[in-house]
Amino acid sequence: MSFGQQHEIHKRRFGRNLGVGLVLAALIAIVFGLTVVKVTRGDYEPARAEVQN
Amino acid sequence: MTDTSINTNAYEDEAQFGDYFALLKPRVMSLVVFTAFVGVLAAPVAVHPFIAFASILFIAIGGGASGALNMWWDADIDAVMKRTRNRPIPSGRVAPDDALAIGLALSVFAVVFLGLAANWVAAGLLAFTIFFYVVIYSMWLKRWTPQNIVIGGAAGAFPPMIGWAVATGGVSIESVLMFALIFMWTPPHFWALALFMRSDYDDAGVPMLTVTHGRRATRNHILAYTVLLAALAIGTSFTSVGGPVYLAVALVLNALFLKGAVDIWRRDEELSEADNFAAERKFFKLSLLYLFAHFVAILVEAGLTRFGLGGWA
Repeated sequence: MSFGQQHEIHKRRFGRNLGVGLVLAALIAIVFGLTVVKVTRGDYEPARAEVQN
Repeated sequence: MTDTSINTNAYEDEAQFGDYFALLKPRVMSLVVFTAFVGVLAAPVAVHPFIAFASILFIAIGGGASGALNMWWDADIDAVMKRTRNRPIPSGRVAPDDALAIGLALSVFAVVFLGLAANWVAAGLLAFTIFFYVVIYSMWLKRWTPQNIVIGGAAGAFPPMIGWAVATGGVSIESVLMFALIFMWTPPHFWALALFMRSDYDDAGVPMLTVTHGRRATRNHILAYTVLLAALAIGTSFTSVGGPVYLAVALVLNALFLKGAVDIWRRDEELSEADNFAAERKFFKLSLLYLFAHFVAILVEAGLTRFGLGGWA
């Protein structure tokens, strides 16, 4: 079977695959967004006392 | 003949994405999202909007995961009851093991991500909520005691407390009162449902109060819990999450709710069957509005406070 040929299971599972794909894309967006927020507001800056040492 | 041709018919009712989503009990999830949202906004500490959004999403996923685990455990009961027999597992669209796997995976995911996004107090409360709903309520109390609804109601009452913990990193009297509001509301809400969906719980062998102590006792219990709920709901007006707007809403709705409970208490089975449980159905519908309006009022007070107008100050 050539790689490009559409198998019956591809058609049948299209909805499920699309759903899982969108969920994973949303997860990436959320983790990225959380990282941006936490890094820009300084959650991961070393504590001031440690910097002085 | 190949394996695929043999199994073609078996695939016709294969689960779609929506069936897996239905495992998460989207309607319950909407209540979880709303009350957690109110918990976050009513708290005296401001939360970054994106952190709040992500946290509420993880709380909702945790709530959904416990719904999936509940459906896995209760598939036998769900198959008997009219209201639940079309759920994904009893209808055969999703295998029980799949529901178990999804429930466990999403539970761990939601707790860990809530801990990372907000704080570990909120994550701990979410983990306890899932444990409480699945193990304490579904596995233990639901099939054992007519107090199942009373104690099990705690699981549904945790979301505003988790939302509050997302913002403050702790628990306080206000978050406990929001918890108590849902906790005390749950029994009259479900007992009214049990009064007019009676054959369902009887058939499934779930020891609802209507089955174990009779329908007269259930009517008495509805009235008693509604009186306690009214005192609690109106009392909440005088805490930092309350205010004049909340008090006005609480006074009107509790008066209506008390009247509904008294109506149910004064009726007997003959009267109820004659009008197809009209008063019980009306009380059940009112209970949905009751909870929604109280939390909207808390939200309005929180919004007004941002402009220096909320509360009693």
